[in-house]
Amino acid sequence: MTVGLSCEEVIGKLLEYLDRELDAAAEPAVERHLETCRGCFSRAEFERRLRARVAETGDVKAPESLRRRMRALVARY
Amino acid sequence: MALRLTRNRTDAEDRVAEALAKAWAHLPSLHDLQCFEKWVFRILVNTFIGDRRRQAKGDLSVGQDDGCAFSLFEKVHQPFLLWWSNPEQQLLEKLRREDIERALDALPEAYRIVVIMVEVQGFSYAEVAETLSVPVGTVRSRLSRGRALLQASLWRQASQLGIAVGGSGGDVP
Repeated sequence: MTVGLSCEEVIGKLLEYLDRELDAAAEPAVERHLETCRGCFSRAEFERRLRARVAETGDVKAPESLRRRMRALVARY
Repeated sequence: MALRLTRNRTDAEDRVAEALAKAWAHLPSLHDLQCFEKWVFRILVNTFIGDRRRQAKGDLSVGQDDGCAFSLFEKVHQPFLLWWSNPEQQLLEKLRREDIERALDALPEAYRIVVIMVEVQGFSYAEVAETLSVPVGTVRSRLSRGRALLQASLWRQASQLGIAVGGSGGDVP
């Protein structure tokens, strides 16, 4: 019988799990825990959603002045 | 990404133009065009860091990690609430884009760069480490600290705006 991770251990690894930075052995162990622990799953979902909101701040349309500069750059080559 | 790094539209535009000009000039050295986007972002980050060091405006080093482990989730989560109440979700829905941008912009530069590279641009820790010429362990610790500061800042803003639920708004580092 394998002993699963505790909630404390999972929380310690959660952000690296969401970043897909855990090693091959740790990732399935965290996944198994999240499948059965409502509290840790809620926290993982919250961190995932917060991360998506942070990522949205990178969606910025280039202004027309920058587009003009880029067109001029391409035209030079 | 440039706007989040520089926190200034004019500077951001200059950095993007500079990075794209460098990328364009060195395009033949890029073997895998699939990597073009990340390659340009790396040039952008390096251009930004190089400029900051030259101008000596920004100290990219960071002090001792004080072990800050602030968690927004722990602030708002209430495990014994009734099924129809979800304060975490409510907080995320009420936070505006400008609140998150303000929290990102307030991060010290060394943390901001790592948080933006990982959370906004999806770089791996190894890619960030290589771009910044620091060990992967340094990326991990800056990311952890940066995220904690970001969440603390969001909590502070949520408390000020009256949208924080489940806590008093205190205990923010």
